[in-house]
Amino acid sequence: MAKISASVFTSHVPAIGAALDLGKQGEDYWKPVFAGYDFAKQWEKEQKPDVVFLVFNDHATAFSLEMIPTFAIGTAAEYQPADEGWGPRPVPKVIGHPRLAAHIAQSVIQDDFDLTIVNKMDVDHGLTVPLSLIFGQVDAWPCPVIPFAVNVVQYPVPSGRRCFMLGKAIRKAIESYDEPLNVQIWGTGGMSHQLQGPRAGLINREWDNMFLDKLINDPDGLSKVPHIDYVREAGSEGIELVMWLIARGAMSDVNETKKGNAPTVRHRFYHVPASNTAVGHLILENN
Amino acid sequence: MSLDKPYTDVPGTTIFDADMSRMGYHLNQFCMSLMKAENRARFKANERAYLDEWPMSEEQKQAVLDRDLNRCIALGGNIYFLAKIGATDGKSFQQMAGSMTGMTEEQYREMMIKGGRSPEGNRYTGEKK
Repeated sequence: MAKISASVFTSHVPAIGAALDLGKQGEDYWKPVFAGYDFAKQWEKEQKPDVVFLVFNDHATAFSLEMIPTFAIGTAAEYQPADEGWGPRPVPKVIGHPRLAAHIAQSVIQDDFDLTIVNKMDVDHGLTVPLSLIFGQVDAWPCPVIPFAVNVVQYPVPSGRRCFMLGKAIRKAIESYDEPLNVQIWGTGGMSHQLQGPRAGLINREWDNMFLDKLINDPDGLSKVPHIDYVREAGSEGIELVMWLIARGAMSDVNETKKGNAPTVRHRFYHVPASNTAVGHLILENN
Repeated sequence: MSLDKPYTDVPGTTIFDADMSRMGYHLNQFCMSLMKAENRARFKANERAYLDEWPMSEEQKQAVLDRDLNRCIALGGNIYFLAKIGATDGKSFQQMAGSMTGMTEEQYREMMIKGGRSPEGNRYTGEKK
């Protein structure tokens, strides 16, 4: 059977992608950001995941106001990097895993989460920047990826609680898949940032670190934090952090039917700023 | 029936909710059209004429022409959509965000390098700084 070996959490700031694509990673401004991801690149070479289930959000790229699904799972064979207005990022196309994705959709919808099944979708920086940060600049991504898009752009967005419960349903779905796959689940976005209005530029180092602490030690408590706290404390775009609770909900220690041990914290990183945003990154190994 | 909107007293912040989305539909879809290179070229060649192809309000059109992003947001624009205008103008996300704060580009960049805008005094409208 398939198993979830680890969860990986990271911000997905577009400027990080631009810095990489323009060869600026050696500049003093960017050095400390990329240094925070050296560990992940080495760790992934040892982990060799078969599939990454990547929770991200679309930023008015694949989904316009014509239609914005709250939760959307990609079941396509492949996905192209999107042109977000600056031209597509020069990164490899993303290869999907249609069979596992369809299996997860079937299971999770039967568990009362209304997923939209997507067979055609370009993927924006929300998905490709995490791949670049964790796998580096490569000719092909090392494994298939299942994109899982969450609406955090048009309020009301799903609550932290609902995201956490969804993560549990995703774990159950993956563990009932009949091939022995090593699956990682990634939660992306955040941390504190606000990109709009006179309050743009908000950063809350203390709140972000509280979030990281609780994500590790008290995810159930963290999942009960209401939206308004994210907006007030972490900025209007800091709400992306609810997506981290999906990945955390898929870990064994919060499985109610067969409780595993607490995960091992393999890496933790926090840095301000990357452009307008606080960068956070965490690796938890499942036990 | 009143809805639960606990976010209306956060200073300098407009939450893009279902009501704002309804107001800003055509404005945001105009922005979306700028993801195509040919549309960017047509918009740049004659901004007013391009805007007139969209059923936007006159206020919305003027806010776009003025590149007044705060005004665009008040009229239903969402920052991720409005970013397509910035991309068309060759502006970075930091330049766009900074333009809404009343700070110069240099001041805003400097604030971010020094750790960003503090939440102290910025959580509630009318709160003492």
